[in-house]
Amino acid sequence: MSARTSVLLALLALLAAVPPLAAYFNQPFYLDLLRRVMIFAIAAVSLNLILGYGGLVSFGHAAYLGIGAYAVGILTHHGIHNGWLQWGVAIGASALVALAIGAISVRTSGIYFIMITLAFTQMLYYLGISLAEYGGDDGMRVPVRSQFSGLVDLNDGATFYYVVLGILAASMYLVHRLVNSRFGLVLQAARSNEARTRAIGYSPYPYRLVAFVIAGGLCGIAGALLVNHTAYLTPEFMNWTRSGELMFMVILGGIATTAGPLFGTTALLLIEDLLQGWSLLPKWVHEHWQLYLGVFLVLVVLFAKRGLAGLLPGGKDGSDG
Amino acid sequence: MILILEQTLNGLQLGVMLFLMAAGLTLVFGIMNLVNLAHGALYMVGAYLTTWCFQASGSFVFAVLFGLVGTLAAGVFTELVALRTLYERDHLDQVLATFGLILFFNEIIAMVFGRAALYSSIPEYLSGHVQLTQTLRYPFYRLVIIGIGFGVALLLWYVVSRTRIGMLIRAGASNRTMVAALGINIRLLYTIVFGVGAALAGLAGLLSGPIYAVQPGMGELILIQVFVVIVIGGIGSIRGAFAGALIVGMVDTMGRAFLKPTLATVLTPTAAETVGPALASMLIYLLMAVVLAFRPEGLFPSRGA
Repeated sequence: MSARTSVLLALLALLAAVPPLAAYFNQPFYLDLLRRVMIFAIAAVSLNLILGYGGLVSFGHAAYLGIGAYAVGILTHHGIHNGWLQWGVAIGASALVALAIGAISVRTSGIYFIMITLAFTQMLYYLGISLAEYGGDDGMRVPVRSQFSGLVDLNDGATFYYVVLGILAASMYLVHRLVNSRFGLVLQAARSNEARTRAIGYSPYPYRLVAFVIAGGLCGIAGALLVNHTAYLTPEFMNWTRSGELMFMVILGGIATTAGPLFGTTALLLIEDLLQGWSLLPKWVHEHWQLYLGVFLVLVVLFAKRGLAGLLPGGKDGSDG
Repeated sequence: MILILEQTLNGLQLGVMLFLMAAGLTLVFGIMNLVNLAHGALYMVGAYLTTWCFQASGSFVFAVLFGLVGTLAAGVFTELVALRTLYERDHLDQVLATFGLILFFNEIIAMVFGRAALYSSIPEYLSGHVQLTQTLRYPFYRLVIIGIGFGVALLLWYVVSRTRIGMLIRAGASNRTMVAALGINIRLLYTIVFGVGAALAGLAGLLSGPIYAVQPGMGELILIQVFVVIVIGGIGSIRGAFAGALIVGMVDTMGRAFLKPTLATVLTPTAAETVGPALASMLIYLLMAVVLAFRPEGLFPSRGA
């Protein structure tokens, strides 16, 4: 077992131990914080599939977070609380939108791809703002959590936590299996050398598009979880800075590694949380925490290209590990 | 009819503003192959410096010069400290690092000037209206902006296509290595181009100060529209940036002004009320998707690269 795998398993075990510990020390705050971390980690895992393994630099991944959230929010607004249906619609809608956006944008490459994905997400953001019935600019409250025919009760903090943890582990496993399958190998081959991939008889387009759709659907689940977690939704879920944050989570953790997105998300959200509220830091840090985050981001990109997972041995550079 | 004329002028004004931003961004991309998200931050810096200096000194001309020189300096400084190392990196690194710079700049501005919007005024001699036709009075200041925009476009065209430095810029865009091999100091050229691009963004920012709100984060709102402009126009091409800026400025302004009333003739008033504004704010992105579906390289693909 490589060092990365052991650290990943240890981290997952640690996450699984949080609810009883939080209950014992009477610190429900940490349950909340880590649930949020894991939800964003699912989104980062999905982005890593296209960004890391596919080389598709999507600057609009927050769109699917928003669509998943809106799917659940809109159904709840109309009195439909069935979770199976809500989450199904969330995945389906995100995947469909990803198919439409991907069909156009995957044809392009490089800087055009970055800007097109950004622009489409911006479009959806404005669409969210203009949906007056669903709160428009301010967003709306989503007071009832998804209901799963009495099977699991998301209103129970710890249960919801384990559901998120389970989905996170499953999605990491899914992406791990995907990228090591024949499909994933073609996807990675197209990233490292498109001309050679074509020469041995594979057209990258369908592979990239399918990966784009899978990533969209997976991120849709994260959106559905997020709206259950926050109990409200706003167009801000789709803000372009959110897309930038998701990209940073993937890079910080270590691009194109199984564990990277989880490492990166945990590190970034904990750092954000500390900068904003850690009592040992002076008030002027709390007030302008984004300043330090910005500097941190620049430094990571300039000097720590391989991310946190890159610090650990195991796995070849740029491949799965 | 009057309304159409007025909205055309508004569209032109937005268009030249977008052009001032797009020119710098597209040059920096075309020549240095750098995606610079922090371009919007320079726009904000220009607006803040001029607004502050005008309030402090009372001289608008001095404030404008101060804003231009200040953004140029900020641009050159950023290039030397952070961006220079990014030229050889891939786009992903560039996007993330400049995204970090945005957070940095926005917070610096918030630290110095506070988060509330700053009140920005124009001097006496630029305020007031001009009687264009019998019934149309148009703000003089907006006409000045249109004039400046076209003036800068003309000047840029002259510099890029008729002077020695312009020749170097074009040569740098098509083959950097060759230009460097011929003994041109390419690093210096990069810094100059980046500085000029920054000053243009600052100019757009300081001109827009009295029209839009001067607040932290103001640059990002326009930045994304500018991306649409240069993608439509063709990345790296000044001509494309100009055409794209005017098209986007017009489409956006016209969409906001006329889409709702036009839809109301086809749909029910309530439906038009909902669909109109939504569609209007999405219009330029739809336009971009259509353009790219037919011309994946934009309308005026640059010959270099």
